[in-house]
Amino acid sequence: MRRYFGRKLLVYGLTFLVAVTINWMIPRFMPGDPVQSMLARANVSQPAAVEAMRAHYTSLFGLDLPLWEQYGNFWAALFRGDLGTSIWLFPTPVTDVIIRAVPYTLALLIPSILLSWWAGNRFGAFAARRRWLDNTVLPIGYVLTATPYMWLAILLAWGLGIVAGIFPVSGGYSFAMRPNWSWEFVGNLALHWFLPFVSLFLVAFGGWAIGMRNMIIYELEADYSTYLSSLGASRRLIRRYAFRNAVLPQITGLALQLGVLVAGALVTEIVFSYPGLGHLILQAIQNQDFFLLQGTFLFIVVGVLVANFIIDIVYVLVDPRTRTGIGGEAA
Amino acid sequence: MTAVPTGRNEALYFALRNGKLLAGLVVLVPLLVLAAAAPLIAGGDPNAYVATPASPPSAERWFGTTMFGQDIFAQFVYGLRVTFVVGVLGGGLAAIIGMAIGFTAGYRGGLVDEVLNMLTNIVLVLPALAVLLIVNAYLGVRSVGVQALFIGLTSWPWAARAIRAQTFSLRSRDFVDLAKLSGVRTWKIITREIAPNMSSYLFMTFILLFGGSILIAASLDFIGLGPSEGVSLGLMLNNAARWSALHLGMWWWFIPPGAGITAIVGALYVMNVGLDEVFNPKLREL
Repeated sequence: MRRYFGRKLLVYGLTFLVAVTINWMIPRFMPGDPVQSMLARANVSQPAAVEAMRAHYTSLFGLDLPLWEQYGNFWAALFRGDLGTSIWLFPTPVTDVIIRAVPYTLALLIPSILLSWWAGNRFGAFAARRRWLDNTVLPIGYVLTATPYMWLAILLAWGLGIVAGIFPVSGGYSFAMRPNWSWEFVGNLALHWFLPFVSLFLVAFGGWAIGMRNMIIYELEADYSTYLSSLGASRRLIRRYAFRNAVLPQITGLALQLGVLVAGALVTEIVFSYPGLGHLILQAIQNQDFFLLQGTFLFIVVGVLVANFIIDIVYVLVDPRTRTGIGGEAA
Repeated sequence: MTAVPTGRNEALYFALRNGKLLAGLVVLVPLLVLAAAAPLIAGGDPNAYVATPASPPSAERWFGTTMFGQDIFAQFVYGLRVTFVVGVLGGGLAAIIGMAIGFTAGYRGGLVDEVLNMLTNIVLVLPALAVLLIVNAYLGVRSVGVQALFIGLTSWPWAARAIRAQTFSLRSRDFVDLAKLSGVRTWKIITREIAPNMSSYLFMTFILLFGGSILIAASLDFIGLGPSEGVSLGLMLNNAARWSALHLGMWWWFIPPGAGITAIVGALYVMNVGLDEVFNPKLREL
């Protein structure tokens, strides 16, 4: 088990290293000059002012130092929690901007991921080998997984928000309110949270249901199922064993899907102007706020790595083979 | 029941009788034709201002017009084109990288496998869209080709993993040993002995990568990091959202592009299941 976690941590450590390196490399080695584009955006015509700004931005990126020193400084700043200063919300530090947005993204992601995974698995397992359900659920599941997250979000916002007028379609809470701990405000938050949550939930649900349905069919054809039924075990008991076996690949699947789910949350937030990381990314891109964009990128990577590690721990708890070192599927 | 033909005809025989495969094709082929014939159907520039702004669908403008008087049907057919191109190029590149890494790691084993596996795992946990966001944000001029290139470079890992596992199970078979004994070179063993034995699997991997690339590209376009010029289905959604088609009730602006993406990707997924049944005798329903 120590070997299992050691390997996992090594991969995650290296991934973090790669992510930080990408973050450092791209502004420096991409065609085009970020300083130049920031100057162009500022629209200053006085040559003296342009020079002063160029010097400022150059030192901000640390572009006047040798490359290896720039790289070292980049890491040093990172460990101080310094991701630079946001240009969009000047002069707020990027770290502060991100920390303010993270709770909203987590509030969408965690419930939608966990609930869709749970409900999708239950439903998929239930639908497998039941002809009527199989024939209706399966096509719906395929359509749902094929739906781009933002499109379902737009459809829900339009149908339930604008046409029916039940739910608000933009923001994290009413513009008329100030954040406080009253029931009224919490209710308002929940109302704004509901549609983005449902749209994330539905797309993910389709994928899990299909995956589980296929897994269960595979398990029901396995030798142990045949053996159990020849012993006279009830259908329910066999299905229960099949479910326990089929859930393992679905846990691995959850780890693999994390990136896609996060991406889905980002675009969904953009549709609803929900004040999470997706909204930040949109603002960062529209305002050419590269520090904010890169900071958000690192935050997302770290979040995904942490979530992966949690899933690894859960896997060990669920699959005894990884514990005894026989090596289950994820080892 | 009539006699089932054998050999190559066998796959075709089952393919023509597979409902899922046929249903997928029925959706996909017309869209493909529409995309291929875009210049004939929709004329020259899909972004030209040709009609009354913000008019709903009519006999003349099938999908209505945007807020600026662009024909949405013209944008749709040209957008389909870009969507297919991104899917083929991005999915194709990812499949090639996945195969190269999967075959090498699975066949060679040992240290090569360790290193490639580590690389695969690293790219696997890196969230692809987040990397693409950073890369595309710094690209001054963005084109469909470059977008597909970067999508291909980030979305291969699961394919590599799956192909590695398949190769692993094939490499100790007798016919591979026989080829090795008769002194066939490694590269030839992989392309002549191993790859053909999992060709159906490789083809299905490509289809899934194809669909995945389309979805990632649509997200990128929607965020505003799509191609700087031209039109794509994702860009149409981006424009519709940016000019608040939602609040203006211009449903004809945002429904077609999303429906197009869903139809293509959904058809690909359903076809994939159908193909699985065609190639895998265990899953066939007679």
